[in-house]
Amino acid sequence: MVTLAVGSPIVSGEVRGSVLLSEKSLSLWGGIDPKTGQIIDNRHDRYGEFLVGRVFAFPAEKGSSTGSAVLLELIRIGKAPAAIITRHLAPILALGSIVARELYDVGLPILLLSEGEFGALSDGETVQIDYDGTVSLPEK
Amino acid sequence: MLNLTRSDREMLDGAHGEASRFAMSVIVRMAEAVGAEELISVEQAHIDACALMSPSSLDLVSHLAANGGRVSIPTTLSMVSLDLEHWETLGVPAEFAEISLQIAEAYLSLGCIPAWTCAPYQGYLTPRYGQQIAWGESNAVAYANSVLGARTNRYADYLDICAALTGRVPFTGLHRYENRRAALHIHLEKTSAADWATPAAWAAFGSLVGSLVGEHVPVIDGLPPLRPSNDMLKAFGAAAASAGSVGLFHIVGITPEAHDLQSACHGRDPIESCGIQRGQLRDSWNELSSCVAGNSLDAVILGCPHFSYAEFEELARAVRNIDTRSLHGNVQFLVFSSATSIELARRGDLLEPLRQFGVTLVQDTCPFHSPVVASDAQAIMTNSGKCAYYAPGELDVGVHFGSLRSCVESAVTGKACGRRNPW
Repeated sequence: MVTLAVGSPIVSGEVRGSVLLSEKSLSLWGGIDPKTGQIIDNRHDRYGEFLVGRVFAFPAEKGSSTGSAVLLELIRIGKAPAAIITRHLAPILALGSIVARELYDVGLPILLLSEGEFGALSDGETVQIDYDGTVSLPEK
Repeated sequence: MLNLTRSDREMLDGAHGEASRFAMSVIVRMAEAVGAEELISVEQAHIDACALMSPSSLDLVSHLAANGGRVSIPTTLSMVSLDLEHWETLGVPAEFAEISLQIAEAYLSLGCIPAWTCAPYQGYLTPRYGQQIAWGESNAVAYANSVLGARTNRYADYLDICAALTGRVPFTGLHRYENRRAALHIHLEKTSAADWATPAAWAAFGSLVGSLVGEHVPVIDGLPPLRPSNDMLKAFGAAAASAGSVGLFHIVGITPEAHDLQSACHGRDPIESCGIQRGQLRDSWNELSSCVAGNSLDAVILGCPHFSYAEFEELARAVRNIDTRSLHGNVQFLVFSSATSIELARRGDLLEPLRQFGVTLVQDTCPFHSPVVASDAQAIMTNSGKCAYYAPGELDVGVHFGSLRSCVESAVTGKACGRRNPW
């Protein structure tokens, strides 16, 4: 196991998935299709990608506070990312995840990383996230 | 470490039933996620969670309603995703309507007040200065904090209804006096009172301010002596909240926490300063139009946020002054408002001229949550900075931005008239 980073969990959880790395902030409402989980904001650097099963790493949430409702719907239909990593506190996303735990008993970990730690992530690499916020490369 | 009162713990333990337990659990976990140390009581709520038509949205409110949920404070409802009385004639598909109607009914069963408006500050249950409240809907939040001096964070969907059920919220952000201090001083250069005569001008200004603020609370000075109308401040706040997540702004001499620059900054120096030149206002106005070429027009959208009585008066005057008294056959002229304002306008004899002109009134909802704008529309015109910001992505249309009078003139000719930029 190689530890890449130790972040602060905004919402704790344990999960494994491949990193979808972005350098641009995103509003979930208007930015993601709630029926497919595809990024539909054509100003975004990962336009056209699907979030499902990925560890979506992007700098910050922005925009509409309906984003929490979009995330809840993605979780309901199984099109949500496996985990979300951001560099800024993301209360709208955190809320979507917290409500999903209460309503559907499904967890979606959200992790806060510093800028330096965020830089250790590589697009497409499979990472393991643990309850304590550790991000590591799992042994093959 | 989060401190909870005995009554908070009782709710969390389920002593007041499953709906309160659910809501308090979400509040507590959010408080932990954002690092709050305590909860505070709020005295009223405004719910935006009813706006999005989605099965999970219905699941959530149904769970609360089925488990005896009841709001504990006066709570108004923002838009729902259709006009509750006229959705059939407006052509909303039945399968879409079914879920929306169930969502609406469930929120009513929780004891919410059916205001169905994104502009709750226009009348019913207006918050007081300094009052702690929990409001959703970004334009309403900006107005409540900035123009009324009430205290609310930008409540995301579902945290708003949890706050309404429990009456408790994390004590963070704009609920705290110290976080309401202006940190960005924006000085406006050389404009005259005549520049500020329309809400559209304020929308262009708000859009520019929204793009400048980042995470700071802004304070603006340098305006000529004038008294902006509520609709102008509405247009400014809605545009600023769309372009830049602005939850609170101060304008010296106009908003209640900014008697002067000093008081807005709580007696300290602002962290950053910048100036706004006339040219930037001109550019901001032009950038709200996203139709790069041509002047074709399919729909006019007014009432984003919801049209006020004063705006109905202005629109009635504008259509009476038009020689050709009806709009062009290819243009939809949509005005969004609340049932309350529409009823007041009816009693003020303002609706008949609009009907003759060909206006379609839509209540309870908004152009982005309800399928009312013709699906083959390619270009719309609006005087709203918020509508101009969201329409390209949400409706897949180009936007012509202009004043209310330009919108009326364009609707008559069927061509967007030259963008008359006040700057």
